Amino acid sequence: MNAAPTLAAAPFDAAELAALRADFPILSRTTRSGRPLVYLDSGATSQKPLAVLDAERRFYTEHNAAVHRGAHQLAEEATDAFEAARAAVGAFVGAPAHEVVFTKNATESLNLVAHAFSTSTAYAQRGSAPQGQRVDPRFVLAEGDEVLVTEAEHHANLVPWQELCARTGAVLRWVGVTDDGLLDADALDGLVTERTRVVAFAHASNVLGAVADVARFVAAARRVGAVTVLDACQSVPHLGVDLPALGVDLAAFSGHKALGPSGVGVLWGRAELLEAMPPFLTGGSMIELVRMERSTYAPAPQKFEAGVPMAAQAVGLHAAVDYLRALAPGGRGMERVEAHERALTALLLERLAELPWVRVVGPAAAADRVGLVSFVLEGVHAHDVGQLLDDEGVAVRVGHHCAWPLHRRLGAAATTRVSFGPYNQPSDVDAVLRGLHRAHELFA
Amino acid sequence: MDLYQQLIIEHSKRPHGSGLREPFGAQVHHVNPTCGDEVTLRVDVADDGTVRDVSYDAEGCSISRASASVLHDLVVGRPLEQVQRTREAMHGMLTSRGEDAGDEDVLGDGVALAGVSRYPARVKCALLSWSALADAVLRVRPC
Repeated sequence: MNAAPTLAAAPFDAAELAALRADFPILSRTTRSGRPLVYLDSGATSQKPLAVLDAERRFYTEHNAAVHRGAHQLAEEATDAFEAARAAVGAFVGAPAHEVVFTKNATESLNLVAHAFSTSTAYAQRGSAPQGQRVDPRFVLAEGDEVLVTEAEHHANLVPWQELCARTGAVLRWVGVTDDGLLDADALDGLVTERTRVVAFAHASNVLGAVADVARFVAAARRVGAVTVLDACQSVPHLGVDLPALGVDLAAFSGHKALGPSGVGVLWGRAELLEAMPPFLTGGSMIELVRMERSTYAPAPQKFEAGVPMAAQAVGLHAAVDYLRALAPGGRGMERVEAHERALTALLLERLAELPWVRVVGPAAAADRVGLVSFVLEGVHAHDVGQLLDDEGVAVRVGHHCAWPLHRRLGAAATTRVSFGPYNQPSDVDAVLRGLHRAHELFA
Repeated sequence: MDLYQQLIIEHSKRPHGSGLREPFGAQVHHVNPTCGDEVTLRVDVADDGTVRDVSYDAEGCSISRASASVLHDLVVGRPLEQVQRTREAMHGMLTSRGEDAGDEDVLGDGVALAGVSRYPARVKCALLSWSALADAVLRVRPC
């Protein structure tokens, strides 16, 4: 075993960054103001490298067929490509292929999990589980059982749980956010009770940028046997993440935020748990045996993949995770991505701290964040900030970022969010500052 | 950039008729779910169909606040039939994708909002208070 010391990963240097940026043709376009595009909305969706576009095109030009059906050569090749994508995407987050479910997006992944509870509950109440599907008590909810989320959740990890409660009589509880814009983790132990059946939370907040203390959530949930569900949408594309090692039971993330195509998301779950969960969408592909009266279902992950799946998009996501891994020797590209985005975040935080009319929400230190920063310009609405940044060619997100309750808690109708990808450069931060100064001069 | 005319900045900084007042015949609350902008708007209509007052509390961007301010100027003291024509003219201009510069005789300072029509994402901001007004008028005078 070579015991060479692990050096802390460094941000990309200018030459590396120039080469990396050349892989993303969209970054060389100009905007309607005539200025070059400065893309700082990767938290909403990332841009795609040529390798991803080429992989998708190659799938369609050489191998396209409906996967998992048909015995012709194309069907075999398409199926192999789809299953190879499952293995690669799983490996990217430390998981074996059979624990990876492809979904339309992370929102569908989370809905799938929420429905596993209400469907199991209905099966238990009516004795109507399909043959071969055991009804696991961990997924059966009684009136007054509790679902715990946080006040900082994206709507995708809030609304499905509200609806689950409406279907089952369970009660929604949440970990609050402090005045400083941090999760009130001290309240966690008091909120996890014998009635808690689900603890669902974001690995990294899409507004605050804060990385959750996953071990603390997992320990609290395990104490009472609750299932943990991680929204990993803002962590997997920006940090090296080993989902099984985090100790959570299930996790969702999207492909399109991780340099992959839209239309493909992932649900990862411990194999034992996926087997215990009933299907969500039903129909072709997910069955074992179909008769007119009732059907039985394939084992996971096929049980959760009804209909012809998004094979080209899965292949594109495979290329995306390969691309990310290859950004450093030994497949350790995510360490460089993390270091690079953190350096940009530190630079932005430092520059914003010089402006007394800017209020940053979330942790003060870049070390406690993924690569995104949301803020308020005193006296200027975020829409106007976004418009003036747009005029500088800078694309950021403005609004509540699908986290309306969090914005209410922060006392802000809307914030401006800068979110980084591996292709961003220090001069992008300068462009943001130019736009902010203009907005301040015009409106404040 | 032709979006932020000086008139818009002035209206947004010192909006005319802002604040909720009594009496009123109807109150509505409209939101723009994509950005979280909100307006609470009240109308008071006299028996002869004249709008006696429009009062509002608007939380939003400069475009939405300026639009509410312009609305107050254009609507208060006018008969409902004229208000309807003004509203249609404003809607037509804002949704024209830059084709309709607006008639100053009808829209007054509102023509400064013409540039909004080139920014599809902002059209809803400018329409928020006008949609609220249409809703409030319907509640006072169901057709």
